[in-house]
Amino acid sequence: MRKSIWVVLALLLVVPGLLFTASCGKSSIKADIENMKEKSKQAPAPPAPAPAPVPTPAPVVQKAPEPVRISEAEIRAKEKAAAMQALMNEDVYFDYDSAALAPAAQQILKKKAAYLEKYSDVSMTIEGHCDERGTNEYNLALGERRSESAKKFLTDLGLAASRFTTISYGEEKPLDTGKTEVAWSKNRRAHFVVK
Amino acid sequence: MTIFRYVVLIAAVYFSFIMPSGSFAEYDYIDINSPFLRKIPIAVPVFTTDKASATGIQLSKRSSDMLSGMLDFTGYFKMLDPESFIEDPAKTNSDFSNISFPNWTAVGAELLVTGNIQAKGDILEIELRLFDTLKAGQLIGKKYNAGINDMRDVIKRFSGEIVYYLTGNRGFFDSQIAFVSNGTGNKEINLCEFDGSGITQFTRNRAITISPAWSSDGQWIAYTSYIRGNPDLYIVNVRDRSMSVVAKKGINITPAWVPGKFELAATLSYSGDQDIYLLTGTGREIKKLTNERGSDVSPTWSPDGKKMAFVSSRSGTPQIYVQNIDTGHVERITFYGRYNTQPSWSPKGDKIAYSGMNGGRHNIYTIGLNGKDPVQLTGNAGDNESPSWSPDGSLIAFSSTREGPSRIYVMTAFGTDQRRLLAVSGEQTTPKWSPGLRNNQP
Repeated sequence: MRKSIWVVLALLLVVPGLLFTASCGKSSIKADIENMKEKSKQAPAPPAPAPAPVPTPAPVVQKAPEPVRISEAEIRAKEKAAAMQALMNEDVYFDYDSAALAPAAQQILKKKAAYLEKYSDVSMTIEGHCDERGTNEYNLALGERRSESAKKFLTDLGLAASRFTTISYGEEKPLDTGKTEVAWSKNRRAHFVVK
Repeated sequence: MTIFRYVVLIAAVYFSFIMPSGSFAEYDYIDINSPFLRKIPIAVPVFTTDKASATGIQLSKRSSDMLSGMLDFTGYFKMLDPESFIEDPAKTNSDFSNISFPNWTAVGAELLVTGNIQAKGDILEIELRLFDTLKAGQLIGKKYNAGINDMRDVIKRFSGEIVYYLTGNRGFFDSQIAFVSNGTGNKEINLCEFDGSGITQFTRNRAITISPAWSSDGQWIAYTSYIRGNPDLYIVNVRDRSMSVVAKKGINITPAWVPGKFELAATLSYSGDQDIYLLTGTGREIKKLTNERGSDVSPTWSPDGKKMAFVSSRSGTPQIYVQNIDTGHVERITFYGRYNTQPSWSPKGDKIAYSGMNGGRHNIYTIGLNGKDPVQLTGNAGDNESPSWSPDGSLIAFSSTREGPSRIYVMTAFGTDQRRLLAVSGEQTTPKWSPGLRNNQP
């Protein structure tokens, strides 16, 4: 009677254990195959789908170069962030009641175009703004002509039109609410926002 | 309550109509076409009432003050100081069967308004009369029964009767003014009565909301709002708030309803150029009305709906043009100054009011359709913009920065009697006077 109890207990412990290791074994084999495949490609491999339970040497080998790659990406990300800031920080200014691009405005747009050529995944909203001296309704139209004028310059330089959307705020969002020529000239602008 | 209110108002009856001579009405009292209008001296003594009724005493003073205020607002009258009156109707006779007209002419009055008001529970009985003191005769006599809260409606109606009798014109007492205010932190559209009372916030978009435009039946307001991030056109039913949206690429701005139709013109730029389109009241495109390179914005319709004035940059600077809708013929009408915008066609059809910039300041001008002799109505008082005519064409509402922040003002069509309409927080711009609204009431 006692014996049979031991047998049952042993079975209870061993059988699931066997089952477990069996399944483990299968998955680790699979994972190894995957790793092999990955290695054979040896592209900038993403961290392998980690087969955690099996301590194979493979992941250790892979780990070593990882920190290097991240910091490169970080540098690139930092560079890109700086470029995006440069794209957004610098406004393009216009003369009173004009949507024409003066030489200074064209220089700024050329700089933006260089960034946009480098980062081809970036698309932008171009906002057109006016000073408060005109009347609201006409300024909505003028603001749109300013944003469209900036967009046309950029697309004429070869950038895809699909990367730009324009919006006019007329005189509704002044940067400087002062009543001086200095304030007004700051408000007559095209502003760029990375989407 | 609303239904009751108009039922009882309609119960107003004419009584004891004594006409000075055979004619039905004497429009020559006030020539509203004269820029050199002589204000008619008018006396409005405190209305009589049952002296035993505290409510009556309170209402009699309030209602006669209200009538004085409304008559004064028209700019047609010189309101005489009650302190100077020799006769106090409250102490003499309530039915004025024995008015001593010399007592009124002696204080300079040429017109006299008398009233009797009785409060009976929730019902007011109001008798109002207009007299010509020189001819010693009654011009108008009316009796109104109204709910206790509808006194203002009665006073507006009688003010309208007086103005109609004297000018042949229905006045503006049943109109409202829509305007933009940023008092809540965002530009939203608000409504108020013709005299600036009873302000209500119409939109709660929490986004830039501008350029209100009334349909000619007063039932719809179209406006531009950035609710979805882009300047889109919203067409909203004033009563049930049902709505259509025109949200095409680019700008969807400056709506203007065609008189007598459920159609409106607006500037859209989806085609790549800023042109004026004719749309149905549900926002569907009927046809393109302008087709020149450059900005075409701010349409305004002639009262017969056959012509449209608008602003175009086609000559290089913003100027006002008039287009015949059937023939497509376009004429430029402003030549003086380099910035003429915001046209508003007068209800009589003979003039266009607009804002023109000269010496760095915007001012309100009117101009005939031949484009000759613009008349400057404002000056030396900040920027004055966005003229909008009262439905009878006698007054113009506009915005001005004469006291610093932009606020809404009113003046006569000739530029006289300039006064502020509102004193509320924030800045107020672009007033739009509604048509007469009484005909829409149930």
